[in-house]
Amino acid sequence: MKRPTQPTETPQVGRSVPRLESQQKVTGRAEYVHNLRLPGMLYGKIFRASVAHGRIRRIDVSAAQAVGGVYRVVTSDDIRTLLPEPYYGPAFHDQPILAIDKVRHVGEPVAVVLASDPHVAEEAAHLIVVDYEELPAVFDEVEAMTSKAIVHETLKPAGTFPDLKHLKGRTNTNVALDFHLRRGDAERALATADHVFEHTFRTQQVMHTPLEPFVSVAEPRESSLTIHTASQSPSFVRIELARLLGWPENRIRVKVPFLGGGFGAKLYVKLEPLVAVLALLTRRPVKISLTMEEQFFTLTKHASTFRIKSGVTKDGRITSRHCEVWWNGGAYADIGPRVTQKSGFTAPGPYDIEHVAIDSYALYTNLPPAGALRGFGIPQLVWAYESHTDLIARALELDPIAFRRKNILRDGRPQATGTPMQDAAIDKVLERLGVLLDWERPFDRGSGTVRRGRGIAIGFKACISPTTSVAMVNVSADGSCIVYCSTVDMGQGSDTAMAQIAGEVLNLPAEAISIVHSDTDVTPYDMATLGSRSLFHMGNAVRLAAEEARGKLRALAAEVGLAAETPIAEVFRKRYGMQAGNAIGTGTFIPGYTPPDYATGLTPNATPFWMVGGTGVELEVDTETGHVRVARLVNVADVGTPINPKIVATQLSGAAIMQLGFTLSERMRFDAAGQLRNASLAEYKIPGLLDLPREMVNEAVVAAQRTGPFGAKGVGESGTFGVSPAIANAIEDAVGVRLTSLPLDAEAVYRALRAAQGDPLPEA
Amino acid sequence: MRRTIGFKLNGEAVSAEVAPHANLVEVLQDEFGLYGARESCGQGLCGCCTVLVDGRAVSGCLYPAAFADGAEVVTVEHLASGEGLDPVQEAFIEASAFQCGFCTPGFVLMTRQLLDEHPDPDEETIRHYLSGNLCRCAAYPEIIDAVKLAAARRRRG
Repeated sequence: MKRPTQPTETPQVGRSVPRLESQQKVTGRAEYVHNLRLPGMLYGKIFRASVAHGRIRRIDVSAAQAVGGVYRVVTSDDIRTLLPEPYYGPAFHDQPILAIDKVRHVGEPVAVVLASDPHVAEEAAHLIVVDYEELPAVFDEVEAMTSKAIVHETLKPAGTFPDLKHLKGRTNTNVALDFHLRRGDAERALATADHVFEHTFRTQQVMHTPLEPFVSVAEPRESSLTIHTASQSPSFVRIELARLLGWPENRIRVKVPFLGGGFGAKLYVKLEPLVAVLALLTRRPVKISLTMEEQFFTLTKHASTFRIKSGVTKDGRITSRHCEVWWNGGAYADIGPRVTQKSGFTAPGPYDIEHVAIDSYALYTNLPPAGALRGFGIPQLVWAYESHTDLIARALELDPIAFRRKNILRDGRPQATGTPMQDAAIDKVLERLGVLLDWERPFDRGSGTVRRGRGIAIGFKACISPTTSVAMVNVSADGSCIVYCSTVDMGQGSDTAMAQIAGEVLNLPAEAISIVHSDTDVTPYDMATLGSRSLFHMGNAVRLAAEEARGKLRALAAEVGLAAETPIAEVFRKRYGMQAGNAIGTGTFIPGYTPPDYATGLTPNATPFWMVGGTGVELEVDTETGHVRVARLVNVADVGTPINPKIVATQLSGAAIMQLGFTLSERMRFDAAGQLRNASLAEYKIPGLLDLPREMVNEAVVAAQRTGPFGAKGVGESGTFGVSPAIANAIEDAVGVRLTSLPLDAEAVYRALRAAQGDPLPEA
Repeated sequence: MRRTIGFKLNGEAVSAEVAPHANLVEVLQDEFGLYGARESCGQGLCGCCTVLVDGRAVSGCLYPAAFADGAEVVTVEHLASGEGLDPVQEAFIEASAFQCGFCTPGFVLMTRQLLDEHPDPDEETIRHYLSGNLCRCAAYPEIIDAVKLAAARRRRG
């Protein structure tokens, strides 16, 4: 593709620049770790646990080791010759690289077979035999609160988080974190309210399903390790491996090309510690590529239970709310404790409520681990509070939009934590939903066996804080520009956005700017690509770095007596006598933050910015089958001022369609023994083209995030917030039944219809 | 029991020694350095591994490489090996019809086959024809736009 190199006066921000890597992606030549093969490389195949909770009596690898072509079989005994404490995790050091003494979920890695031929490794892995003493297991998050089955004998918080310190060494509990917030006196206000409403909602366990399954390669060097990995958090991988190995950071190099999707799955460390120790044990490069099936055992989205209780005045003002949320974290904490707290504090929803109490619990269970998935817990919360909101409006015979209008948080008003809302266009999102749905116009409700309904829902999220991004911008002697940053482009278009931001500052076309992908020896620190934080944090860092480079260019021009607007190449030539030199700017960005008070959960500064997303749905329900067909899906969000309007629209749309899958079809089905029954795309159905709503509208409201780069903020998750409750609300609108558990599949809808007719179907 | 197979790959006669269990995607990647067809679901349900064998789109991760003996195999890399991009590829870029790009080669190849059979497809035809290709980033609305755009371009010649 043509790459213009001349400076331009065209504004770069606000342009729908096609993704910089477009040509590589349509020709199949984009670089993924998947493509990497190194000389002498071994392939690892993981042998996984077949019981949900069991003590390992014996591991017999002799038959596997005897297979021709097997290089080595590795268990935790081998790993502990290198690392005495091979446990990892971002919040708790609870996850062993390979199972030690016991297994805690079906599919947990127990051993690895290494061979030059991956088929040999796979065949041999089938020959490993493990003898378990089965232990009682717990699968439900509410039962886990009181269960006698204990997943971890002792809690092992990572120690880096002050709010986890009190959990260190705690025994005989499955509660990995309890977060509490108290503002006002919810209990008393509930006792004296005109109306009190209480409901319980549940969400199911689902999986990210990136089409590029997890893949990591470790390459041992003389006294260092290079990790090539499909990771959203290269800096964390480096730091965590350095901690595990007791090495300085500079002996570990982490390189990340493009990702074939991430959605929160490829965060913190996953396969990286395993390939690292295998490479150190064998002194050979080692690659592990998971299959689609194995992804289901690696990381998932929290199932949850949310009991919500609200006190409301006669005229429809919400005065008090008590939220109790139980998060099913599975067998390893991953980032679950952070979900419990950082999303937990938004559990009352985007409403101005005087008296609030929140109790949010991260639970260990014997299911595959859960972490962040496009929304960091927010979709689970919005599902509950917006279903609840709709139920209250119905009970009080209030219009759902008018009821929300009366109660939403407006800028300047304190959120549950006490933090005042700023640049959060909740009102605009709500009003635009009404306009785009033509809410005031009479609605066709269908007839006969096909009934129509409509519903809305709005949600909000606080960006996780505090986190840091560092960027470098290098202007070469010919005036061309390179941006170095560790933000990972997994499809969200961050390369393009960062080029637009640097180009805006330096007056260069975005297409002419190169982005150096994450390489921790080259690109500076970034907390991670997660939680819609990158555009705001890294965008600000890139802007600062570009401004510093621009300042240096101007100083250089002044030094050699040239006007500030002189072409860059001329300035360098005059200064160095030839095409030589660089102007390098760096930028570091960390927003202000005040940690919440441990006892009350309150803080004056909970987050650097708020994301707001709302969804409106028009749908049809077939009353003979329970099938729901979404006719129209309207997504509205406050994304600040879009840097790239087209990419923003596709992010909203993609997020909403993904959430549509979590709403209507996707569900990991476990049997009573904790065995997953549908670990394949044949039985776990993600949305395809035939599941697409007939019509979609995606809109960013006119807004600005004043602290963001050129008024922008993150957009990757906002499209997910309102989808599930908007659909449940529309189903009730259509056929008068209320579903309180996801997914809202045909069976669930049909069962509810039959129950409402007083003729329930027998349980399957 | 490895055996030697000969086939035409992207217009060139090639040969490879393949094991009986090797699938076409593995051979394309390991022997020829072509990574555009990639395994994802491993069950022929997602379309990421799409390649053309004798002009028909097949799931390369399920296609025994030995079956390609004597066949003509075309991968996504071949589409742009002449002058510029294929109109389908151009349309995918203009319509912003991908995000992470992992499924894109499969969609591009299937779209070409769709347009060969239905030069002016309506939306229903597009949805059905491409329903065997999955995109987890869900760039589906943009993919439909891209197919329509490519169809219009191809009809204009």
